[in-house]
Amino acid sequence: MIYEVFRQERKGQPFQHAGSVEAPDERFAEIYAREQYGRRQESAALWLVRRDALSEIDDFPDEFDLKYRRVDGYSIKTRLREAREKAGTLETAPGGEP
Amino acid sequence: MDSRTQEFLEYVQSSGQVETGDWMPDEYRSKLVKFIEMHGNSELMGVLPERDWILRAPTLQRKLALTAKIQDEVGHAQLIYRVIEDLGKPRTACLDDLVSGRSKFHNVFHYPTRTWGDVGVIAWLVDAAAIVSQKALLKCSYAPYARIMKKICWEESFHILHGRDVILAMVTGTQEQFGLVQEALDRWWEPLMHFHGNPIPADEDPMYIWRIKSQGNEEARQQFLEGYVPQIRELGLEIPDPALRKDEGTGRWLYTEPDWEKLRAVVTGHGPASAERLAFRRLSREDVAWVERVVLSEAA
Repeated sequence: MIYEVFRQERKGQPFQHAGSVEAPDERFAEIYAREQYGRRQESAALWLVRRDALSEIDDFPDEFDLKYRRVDGYSIKTRLREAREKAGTLETAPGGEP
Repeated sequence: MDSRTQEFLEYVQSSGQVETGDWMPDEYRSKLVKFIEMHGNSELMGVLPERDWILRAPTLQRKLALTAKIQDEVGHAQLIYRVIEDLGKPRTACLDDLVSGRSKFHNVFHYPTRTWGDVGVIAWLVDAAAIVSQKALLKCSYAPYARIMKKICWEESFHILHGRDVILAMVTGTQEQFGLVQEALDRWWEPLMHFHGNPIPADEDPMYIWRIKSQGNEEARQQFLEGYVPQIRELGLEIPDPALRKDEGTGRWLYTEPDWEKLRAVVTGHGPASAERLAFRRLSREDVAWVERVVLSEAA
C-alpha cells in the first residue's frame, strides 16, 4: 500500500506534499512516516493519505474565456482617462496618468 | 525520433518538468530508472563501509552520529526506490538486480575503509562530492526525483559537517592521528577524482540530453575541486597529485588524468571490496526475509 505524506513544517503553515511511503497497513505507515519525515523535529504535523483515496484533477479547460474572473480580464486605462477628461480632473488626478 | 518524442525533448531542454502520470518516451523512462536506481543502490551500499565502524568509533558521540548518518543514507535509499517503483520497477526487482550485479552502484563504495581516518574522509569529501552532483539534481526534469532531492541534500549537509568535525579533531590531535588522515586522503583521492565520471561533453551525455542531470561530469568535478582543494590544503594536508593546480587564466583546475578504464572496472564489480560488499548485502537480505513475510502476513 502506498501512503502519500503531507508535512506541515510549522504550526499555521500549509501542509505540503513531502513524498510517499510503502507500508502494509496504517500502523506501519505511521511508523515509517515518523522516521522518514519527523525524526529531526522538522515537522509540526504529518498527514497520511492512502494513494488510492486521492482524486486528482489536472485539466482546467477554459472554453468560455473566463478572464472576467481574473484581474487580467479588465483593462480600465482608456475608460478611466475618458471619465477624467469628462469630469475635467485629468490634470489634477491623484497619481497623474492612470 | 518521432515528433512526440522530439516535442518532449524540447520541453525538458527548456526546463520543463515531468510528473509520474505524464506521457514520456520509453527511452527517457529507462534512462531515468537506470540513473535513479544507481543512486538508490549507492545510498544502500554506501552504509556498509560505515557500518563496519559503528562499534569501533572512538567515542559514544561519534557512534551516535555515525549511526544517525547511516539511518539517513538508508532512508535516502528508501525514498529513491519509491520513486523508481512509481516509474514501474518494483523495489524487490531493484534489490535482485543489485545483489546479482546486474545494476551498478557508485565507485567510492567499492573500496575498503582501513582506519577511522577513512571514515572521516568519506563523510567529509565523498559526501561533498556527492552533494555537488545532488544539488544539480534539484533541477532534474523528473519532478518527483527533484523534490526528494531537497530532503536528501538537507540531510547530506549534516554529514559533511560531521565528517569535517571528525577530520578537524584528528588533524588537531597527535602526529599519528594527523598521519591517519593523510594516509586516508592518499587512498581516497583517486576514487574522488573518478567520482563524477569521465569528462564526456555534456551534449553527448544522454543523462544531460534528457536533463536528468543539469550539468556535465567535468563541470561537477571542477566545482568539487574549486570548493574543497583549498579546504583540504588549509589543514596542512597534501593532495597526492603533483599536477593539481588552478589555471588562473581560465579558472579551471588542472590535474593528472585519472585512469578511466580502472573506474569502469570498479563500477562493474571489480573493485577491491565489490564482491565482499555484495555478498554481505545478499546475506543480510536472506537474513531479514522472514521479517517481510511476518509483517505482510500479519497485515493481510
